[in-house]
Amino acid sequence: MSNRRSRQSSSAPRISDDQMIDLVTKLRQILPEIGQRRRSAKISASKVLQETCNYIRNLNREVDNLSERLSQLLESVDEDSPEAAVIRSLLM
Amino acid sequence: MASLTNINPSSTDLVRRKKRFSVSSTASSRSSAASASTGDGESHARWRSEKQQRIYSAKLIQALQQVRLNSPSATSSSPTAQKRGKAVREAADRALAVSARGRTLWSRAILANRIKLKFRKHKRQRASTTAIPAMTTVVSSSSSSRSRKRRVSVLRLNKKSLPAVNRKVRVLGRLVPGCGKQSVPVILEEATDYIQALEMQVRAMNSLVELLSSYSTSGSAPPPI
Repeated sequence: MSNRRSRQSSSAPRISDDQMIDLVTKLRQILPEIGQRRRSAKISASKVLQETCNYIRNLNREVDNLSERLSQLLESVDEDSPEAAVIRSLLM
Repeated sequence: MASLTNINPSSTDLVRRKKRFSVSSTASSRSSAASASTGDGESHARWRSEKQQRIYSAKLIQALQQVRLNSPSATSSSPTAQKRGKAVREAADRALAVSARGRTLWSRAILANRIKLKFRKHKRQRASTTAIPAMTTVVSSSSSSRSRKRRVSVLRLNKKSLPAVNRKVRVLGRLVPGCGKQSVPVILEEATDYIQALEMQVRAMNSLVELLSSYSTSGSAPPPI
């Protein structure tokens, strides 16, 4: 019951074609490859969405890798307190 | 006038130069392309500005210092590398969500999730053991009825109702935090902002990693610029 309700509320405001095209275009401009090579080349919304999903997954993976490296670096820096103080003063 | 505003202590000047170097190389290539788009110039400008990156980096460092303070007291010597990495990721995400200043769904969802997860873990453990046989049958029947309803309603000329695009928008909604059950335009807007925030997060963490690794290798002397 609640599923039906939520489905109806999310599909009830019928989005216009223009609005959809506008949003997908904005999304396409952000994407690294598609948005910036051939702007005039038409591309399907489905492909833009697929690329968006891939891009978000890639970004998440990159952030995870960076987090791991950061955690390792923080462990190593932790020993010398003068270094940590210098880093803090430089970065603030 | 310009000379007056440029009086800075040398340490921050070093940082600014370094950050400008790392930021401008990516920002210049993107900003030329981004300047053409006028619609969402607001979110473009917000996540790509150097000022925003500096604000985020400061918040990130504060959060990371807290992570460092918490971890040695929690377990003796081996929180696994994965756990430490996850703690850093969560701190970075929280700092990112705070930088969004509550204007987006995904940022509010990240901040709210911290509290929800603690309660949900207990609830799920209890509910799953008892309700599993009932849930599986219910889910399968509702999903089949849902797909049947979708195929019937495709006769609308609205593009949004096309199954392929609709399915992908749902997938996208699940990737962006807090947008699992939102309408299509909301998901697309949130995704736009989320991607740019993630890119800034990557840039900030990259420069931080560079800074820290240069210190750990070369000792205490700052690297020449």
